[in-house]
Amino acid sequence: MKRSKTMELGVGLFMLAGILGLLFLGMRVSGMAFTAPGDTFRLEANFANIGSLKPRARVTMAGVTVGRVIDIELDADWYDARVVLELDAELEGRLSRDTTASILTAGLLGEQYIGLTVGGDPDTLADGDTIRDTQSAMVLEELIQQFVSNMVSD
Amino acid sequence: MIGRIVSFGRRGCEVLEALGRAGQFLAQSAVGIPSREGWYLWLRQVHFVGVLSLAIVLVSGLFIGMVLALQGYTLLVDFGAEQALGQMVALSLLRELSPVVAALLFAGRAGSALTAEIGLMKATEQLTSMEMIGVDPLRRVVAPRLWAGFVALPVLTVGFSVVGIYGGYLVGVEWLGVFEGSYWGNMQGSVDFIGDVGNGMVKSVVFALVVTWIAVFQGYDLVPTSEGISRATTRTVVYSSLAVLGLDFVLTALMFGGFS
Repeated sequence: MKRSKTMELGVGLFMLAGILGLLFLGMRVSGMAFTAPGDTFRLEANFANIGSLKPRARVTMAGVTVGRVIDIELDADWYDARVVLELDAELEGRLSRDTTASILTAGLLGEQYIGLTVGGDPDTLADGDTIRDTQSAMVLEELIQQFVSNMVSD
Repeated sequence: MIGRIVSFGRRGCEVLEALGRAGQFLAQSAVGIPSREGWYLWLRQVHFVGVLSLAIVLVSGLFIGMVLALQGYTLLVDFGAEQALGQMVALSLLRELSPVVAALLFAGRAGSALTAEIGLMKATEQLTSMEMIGVDPLRRVVAPRLWAGFVALPVLTVGFSVVGIYGGYLVGVEWLGVFEGSYWGNMQGSVDFIGDVGNGMVKSVVFALVVTWIAVFQGYDLVPTSEGISRATTRTVVYSSLAVLGLDFVLTALMFGGFS
């Protein structure tokens, strides 16, 4: 059978383009970063109410993204939500023990994320520790309810 | 009245028979040890159904991405949420439009050609001649085309997504002035590689199987006359378009419908 070099080259380039395209979709579109698992550490935080926080939400410090939420589950002992955070390894041993985690909202209707604020305790949090000082999500309905009941009592 | 019921039953039996033949046909042609020669046959078919379909798929992808960005912008800007444009373009392309539109274009561009080619081989008794000299036409003619379609469509789908997202970028960022960082940033924040890109690829693999299967089976199974070939070619496009759209709903319901 007659073999054509240009055809073989065409098919080769076609397959290569497919692989490169998939790589583009992975890196540029879904923002996957190939970080080694050793580059992060985990903290836990218990919140009375997480609002509509979702796994993969950002964790920020002073507005800079420093990690993400990887798991949310109900803590059956305390009936509150246990949120597992994955943070950049460079912060390990540098967050004070009284660090505050609060659930914030981007804009009025935007997605919810976690903001960390460092305290003054000389002891620091290590991998697997729990953040004690937490602030629950702002739930709009509760705020309105409070506002209305304050109005009535005045 | 009785005659009608009888003919209805006969039609049902014929449909079931055709389905059985199609399944047997798929099983017989998809297996088989690829030899060196078979590998080369496969390469030629990838060239035909993949490389030569690239132009139409990429151009369509570019325009669909641009239209999505334009429509999405006019809708989102009312809510002051035009920053979410990248997210909207990427998710609608990756989850739905790329697999479906690429499969429909593929059915029209490559599927109909496959049917006509195999059908003409049958009408001119080339397939029978092959059997006479001891060459299995399923392995020699059908299997390379089946596997080529199976590989080519997912690659075309990836190309469609990439070009579509770039088309959305052209319209959204370059023309309408959405901030470039939020176009890519929102996209990266919301697109999940396994959940969105991966599921889109699963869809496109399923569509590739269905479209090429329908195309080669219609070619192999047609009535070997010129009218038969024209009918089979039409049937290929109609059946594969319907199958793609129907399966798309089923797959979407399974993947994103929250039944897990």
